[in-house]
Amino acid sequence: MKIFDTAFGLHEKALNLRAQRMEVLSQNIANADTPGFKARDIDFKNVLNNVQGSSMRATHAGHVRHAGSAGAGSGLLYTVPFSTAVDGNTVDISVEHAKYGKAAAEYQATLRFIEGNIAGVRKALRGE
Amino acid sequence: MSISNIFGIAASAMNAQMVRMNSTASNMANAGTVGSSAEEAYKAKRPVFQALLQEHQLDQGAQFLGGVKIIGMVDDAEPNKRMHDPGNPVADKDGFVFSSNVNEVTEMVEMMGAARSYQNNVEVVNTARELMMRTLDITKA
Repeated sequence: MKIFDTAFGLHEKALNLRAQRMEVLSQNIANADTPGFKARDIDFKNVLNNVQGSSMRATHAGHVRHAGSAGAGSGLLYTVPFSTAVDGNTVDISVEHAKYGKAAAEYQATLRFIEGNIAGVRKALRGE
Repeated sequence: MSISNIFGIAASAMNAQMVRMNSTASNMANAGTVGSSAEEAYKAKRPVFQALLQEHQLDQGAQFLGGVKIIGMVDDAEPNKRMHDPGNPVADKDGFVFSSNVNEVTEMVEMMGAARSYQNNVEVVNTARELMMRTLDITKA
């Protein structure tokens, strides 16, 4: 049923990605005291563009795909730290906490969008 | 399932911080002990944390990537102080005993640090749990 394949649109992928980002941030918080640990984050916009298949498509045999764009891995990047601890740890716990809180809010926002989509489909099915 | 991984990651961190707090408690308890030689005297113990980031660590008991593991305990390198206490039964032939090298102030700071880090991870779990419940509620929309 095509309607269900596309009902959630981008939000389905976005929700997955937001959950992944929260996992990465929770790893940073978990390793706040681990010597030598480097804090990481996901470049949400970039990765979502890649997941989406992006607007650039190879529609011709002569089209060259940019090396970085195909799949582009997990999109994990090291954060630029405000300060580095003597033991080489770059986790800034307050910054990570703030990021985690924001990521949670964003996750809920995406959930709201999906709820809206579900409500829309329900309404259409009911046909009132 | 990324959200459910968060529980495991935070749990491993809470576990590690608990070990850290336990070793602090042990150090504090043994702060006043003495030994008859520098080797015998108590030395403050500290856990060594390591991040579980490599895939091969999954074969070594880690259930998920990104958590924390304690790879061992190390003794504090601070030298044990020598004190003259001929009345002590463990004193050596010259009447000296060696006290533990525990620094109470350092241990207090360690304990507070461990408690804070533990709390941080509890907070992480709470948020993840809330989001998971909200995701389950999606069917009610």
